[in-house]
Parts: sequence; structure tokens; C-alpha cells
Amino acid sequence: MNHMTEEQLIAYREGIAEQRAAISDHLAACEECRAEMERIEAVLSALDTLPVPDPGADYGRHVWQQIGPRLPEKRGRWWQMWMAPRRLVALAAVAALIIAAFLAGRMSRRDHGVDNIASREQVRERVLIVAVGEHLGHSERMLVELSNAGPSDPAQKQVNISAEQRRAEDLLEENRMYRQTALQEGDAGLANVLDDLERVLLDVAHSPSEVTPKQLEAIRQKIEARGILFEVRVVGKELQQRQEASQPAPAQNDSAKKERNKV
Amino acid sequence: MNRMQQSIENAQAIATSDALAVERTLAGERDAFRVLVERHSQNVFRLAYRMTGNRQDAEEVVQEAFLRAYQKLGQFEARANFGTWVYRIAANYAIDRMRQRQKEDARREPPRAEGVEDDPMNRVADDAPTPERLTQSLELRKQMEQALAALSHAERTAFVMRHWEGCGIEEIAVVLKSNSGAAKNTVFRAVQKLRLALEPMVGTKIQARAMGTES
Repeated sequence: MNHMTEEQLIAYREGIAEQRAAISDHLAACEECRAEMERIEAVLSALDTLPVPDPGADYGRHVWQQIGPRLPEKRGRWWQMWMAPRRLVALAAVAALIIAAFLAGRMSRRDHGVDNIASREQVRERVLIVAVGEHLGHSERMLVELSNAGPSDPAQKQVNISAEQRRAEDLLEENRMYRQTALQEGDAGLANVLDDLERVLLDVAHSPSEVTPKQLEAIRQKIEARGILFEVRVVGKELQQRQEASQPAPAQNDSAKKERNKV
Repeated sequence: MNRMQQSIENAQAIATSDALAVERTLAGERDAFRVLVERHSQNVFRLAYRMTGNRQDAEEVVQEAFLRAYQKLGQFEARANFGTWVYRIAANYAIDRMRQRQKEDARREPPRAEGVEDDPMNRVADDAPTPERLTQSLELRKQMEQALAALSHAERTAFVMRHWEGCGIEEIAVVLKSNSGAAKNTVFRAVQKLRLALEPMVGTKIQARAMGTES
């Protein structure tokens, strides 16, 4: 019987052998080759016990903090810039509000019924609810991440928050648009919350990109003192509930709006 | 649904989500790249650590791999897998880092005093493990690290990518800038060298275990 070569056995063990079935049959029948295979296996199994240190659950975040500020801005093509999902959501919401107002206006000219006016308000408000709900979700995530940021090494004197800053800048742009729309829609409560959020986003966007743990703590305390995370969560939840309700009664909408307007 | 099907579906979902993040990054949304960094950093670290053998170099490889991936993102083919692609970039940079480290170490190594190298007593004092100094498993670990360090950069890369990371031979060939046949031979040579270096020690352990005398 011709025995297997070491090369064939290693290739079999490492899953790169071409004649796998033939080697397998041979091993089943040949004790000598089986013993050789066991010796190879023993070395490889011993190597498998070599540990790899666990870099930690938040390692990806740590890597991003290190490289994020070093990444140059990618200038997308002009149409890609406008097609960026975040910008698209804000633009689509505003466009939908204009279209809804236009269509509802045409319908109400044909028929001045109260139902049509109510329906126009419902459509416009639903568009605002969806877009602002998403915006508040993004803002909440950024603020939570900023609150949890900290030096990965206790000896580290500076914490890089430039990634959070850039997100705050983007959110600020959207926030202004939604706040103005909420004011035009007469939703003063929502406009107030968005106004509070805007101040926090401004603070974050204008902070230095590298802060000391003490400065970071001061930013955290400002966020906490304004209670903005709580406000954002409450309004976000309320918007979500309203979005989930398939046909919200106009009276309920009004009461929710009035309730928020007390804020 | 069986586990394999579920894992294939998970892999597909990740690939789709990766493709979307790549598209958004290319559209100018830098933060979309964060998703890719956070998702793939751990895997790239594991590969980098196994290739370089130390944490500091591994962390440098991870950062550099993602920086290079960001710079070259325009060259990334939409149908490719981002995880595999960034792996390849990391493996290439890890080879560069190993070469650089070797040169640095060679420069830093102090000149040996004459006659010291040839003194067998010095070798015995350095090499012979005593139970007081090291446990047997620690000694085996040291030997394994040394055996891996003694492989050529190509051999270590091929072994790590195939044995530990399960990469395909074609993938390894791309990193080594060779063909499949040569890549297979490199894996073979690596295992053969590791066997030569470690079998006496592993064999002793197996024998000791069989005789019930292992400490």
C-alpha cells in the first residue's frame, strides 16, 4: 500500500486537498497514516490554544475615535450629495408637506367641507411626525454616545469627540428646518423641544474636537441639566404612538398638540 | 430553519448592510463608514494579532487597514464583500509591518560580546526551563510563539489566513501576490516547519498524558 505524503495529509487537514475522498478512504484503512495524521493534529491543536487578547466590546468604537478625525472629507458627486439619505429624509419631508398643502388646497377649493381641512391637517402632521420622529431618534443616539464617551485608557488626557461633533453639525441643519416647520404648523410644543435640542446640538458642534475628561464631564452635565434626553425620548415616544395609530381622530391630535404646547 | 441557513442569511444581511454603508460613504457621508469600522474591527484585530504576534502592532494594523480602505473605497467593487476586502488590506499591511519590525529589531539588537554565543553553558541557562521559572504550558506557549515568529512573513500569513481565519486559497494567493499552487505550498511549508519545531515538545506532552505523569 502506498502511504500518503506529509503534504497530502496537511492539505487534507487544512481543507485544501484535491482528492479528499481518496485520502479519507486511505486514512480509514491505514493505521500508519492515521498515526501520522494524529501527530500533525496534535501540533495544530496545541497551536489553537494560543490566546488572542480580547480587545473589548467597544473596540470598534475606539478604532473609530482614533481614525474618524483622520479621514478626509469625501466629496461625493453633486447628485450623490443631494441623494445622501440623511439630507434626503429632511428634503423629502419638507417636499411632502408642500405637496400635501397644495393637494389639500386644491381639494378644499372644490369642496369647502370641514372634512377636507381636517384631512389636509392630518396629512401634513403625519409627514412631520415621521420625519421628526426619525430626527429625534438620531439625535438621541448621538447624545447617548456622547454621554458614554470616555478615554479608553485612564491615562489618556484627551478624548476625541470629533465624530459626534460632525453628527451634531448635520443634525443641527435638519433641526432648524423641522423647528421652523413645526412653528408654521402651529405645533409650539414640538418647536420648543426642537429649540432646546438645537441649543445642545450647538454646544456640541462648537466644542473643541479634543476635550479633557473634565470638559467632557461638563458637556455631559449640561445635557443632563437641560433634561434634553428625557424631553427627546418623551416626544419621540409620543410621535411614535401617533404614527402607529392608523387613523388618529382629529380631536385626539389637537389634544396631544395642546398638551405639548403647555411645555 | 437550520443553523447553517440562518448563518448564511445573517452573512447576506451583513453584506447588504455593508454595501449600503459603502454607498453612503462614497456619497460623502463620512459617518456611514463608522458602521463598517465598528462591525469589522474585532475580526481584523484577531487576524492582525495572529500575524504580528503583539497587540501594539495589531492595533496599528487595524487602524491603518481602515484608513487605507477609506482612501481606496472608490476602487471597491460593489459586488465584493467588504469584510473580505478589508481583511486583505489588513493582511497586506501586517506583512509590511512585520518587515518593518524585523528591521527595527535588527537595528536595536545590541552586538553580542565575543565568545558569549559559543558558550554552551550560556545556552543551557537560557533555554532549559526549570519548574521554578516556568510551567510546562507556559514554556510550550513560548515555543509556539517562537516557532510562529521563525516562519517567513509569507508562511505566517498563509498559515494564519488558512488555519485560523479559514480564508480561501485564492484569497491567500491575492495577498501573497502569487498563484493558488504557490499559496498551497506556502501553507504546507508553514505547517511542516511548525511541526518540526513543536512536535518534540507536543509529543512529550502527549506521552506524559498517556503515562499519567503530566504536571
